[in-house]
Amino acid sequence: MSTKNGQQRDGQVERGTFAVKAGLAQMLKGGVIMDVVTADQARIAEEAGACAVMALERVPADIRKDGGVARMSDPRLIKEIMASVTIPVMAKVRIGHFVEAQILEALGVDYIDESEVLTPADESHHINKHSFTIPFVCGCRNLGEALRRIAEGAAMIRTKGEAGTGDVVEAVRHARNVNGAIRRINRMDADELFTFAKEIQAPYELVKETAELNRLPVVNFAAGGVATPADAALMMQLGVDGVFVGSGIFKSDDPAKRAHAIVQAVTHFNDPHILAEVSENLGAPMVGINVTELSEAEKLAERGW
Amino acid sequence: MNEVRLGVLALQGAFREHIAMLKRLNVEAVEVRLAGELDDLDGLIIPGGESTSMGLVAERWGLVEPLRQWVHGGRPTWGTCAGMILLAEHATGQKLGGQALIGGLDVTVNRNYFGRQVDSFEADLDVPVLGDTPFHAVFIRAPAITAVAEGVETLATVASLPDEADSVIAAVRKGTVLATAFHPELTGDLRWHRFFVQIVNDYKSCSG
Repeated sequence: MSTKNGQQRDGQVERGTFAVKAGLAQMLKGGVIMDVVTADQARIAEEAGACAVMALERVPADIRKDGGVARMSDPRLIKEIMASVTIPVMAKVRIGHFVEAQILEALGVDYIDESEVLTPADESHHINKHSFTIPFVCGCRNLGEALRRIAEGAAMIRTKGEAGTGDVVEAVRHARNVNGAIRRINRMDADELFTFAKEIQAPYELVKETAELNRLPVVNFAAGGVATPADAALMMQLGVDGVFVGSGIFKSDDPAKRAHAIVQAVTHFNDPHILAEVSENLGAPMVGINVTELSEAEKLAERGW
Repeated sequence: MNEVRLGVLALQGAFREHIAMLKRLNVEAVEVRLAGELDDLDGLIIPGGESTSMGLVAERWGLVEPLRQWVHGGRPTWGTCAGMILLAEHATGQKLGGQALIGGLDVTVNRNYFGRQVDSFEADLDVPVLGDTPFHAVFIRAPAITAVAEGVETLATVASLPDEADSVIAAVRKGTVLATAFHPELTGDLRWHRFFVQIVNDYKSCSG
């Protein structure tokens, strides 16, 4: 067996290729990825139709409340969650903490989220994601940040939003930033593209590829502040491929019902009659924090470079 | 030959990729989310994704029974990966409590047969019905077919574990029903889509 850049060749079989990494994200499209902190919650998420779960010790709302350093979760917890469901299991590592990523790869999780929700381990470098067999998802606020992460090997992108707030405004801002910039570069000529790539600090080749495809070269999900079926459908209509829901489900009154409703809303995001039906009688959503009331230091989306 | 109209089940997963492949063949393709949208279709593709998610959304809006009638009525259907799991009469390795299956293809499918994402892979397969050139297949947390009933034709196999001579079934056809454990829609190779469109055309000219 030979290993090169996280790719393994074994006889006629190749693992860890970019097609395989990005391909799993393509299979998650049109679905909801839910934060869970126990195996029981993972089962509830699977029964509600989640296309994957994010295994972690604390949801972002609690990380915010508790303060202190937020790190990768206990491997025991991640293994319990992996054993409890058949859908893919993701887990988070701190920005730049490649050893936490090596540990998650050894556990065999299906996707790693190099996440600003945890306390960054490196203030200038992200993980070189090409060197892993396991695929990575990373957050972004704009096109430049998305393409820098893809250049580092991310096989899936999500908006950062403002996790743990239940306020969707930042996810909307980030999705509009990314998709608005793509619409603009789609009409640029070659001279303009070179300058634009320099301005957004992204590799020219990826800017060019994005302009030609008229979309990001990898799948792009919404994340950060999604709390209702309407929030999820809003993000889908803004052009994302699927939705992460963090604190929004298990911090609400009736998690199973809300989870189920958000799954239906992501499939039928363009059907207001179905959205009305699934939004009915869900109990109270998570309480939430207005993003405008957060100080700059409290904003998780500012983390990442 | 391109006057057929195909549907791609769009509950969750990689449905847009299938539609893009069909467009390259100049075949009309539409997204199917509700039972009424099955009307006026000549064939249906059930894409890759998470079979549990698709099954639960299908159940919620009463789509499981119409899909069963569609497949059991002999209408042309192609399931890729998760779609293959949904078409199988028997599945192992399911979530606790099982999942809603459409059925219609008398095979036994093992969900995530090859393991988790670290074990996902690409490999060249010999597929005699597609010609001499091997097909470069992408397997993602893929299922495999571990048993087939009489009359189910095996179209491709793949080594069951690296360095092992044993192989498992990766693609089958029974009449108008086609199933692949891998994802032709993630490649640039149109041969599987062309093969399915031919099945749809043959069905239409026989029944029409």
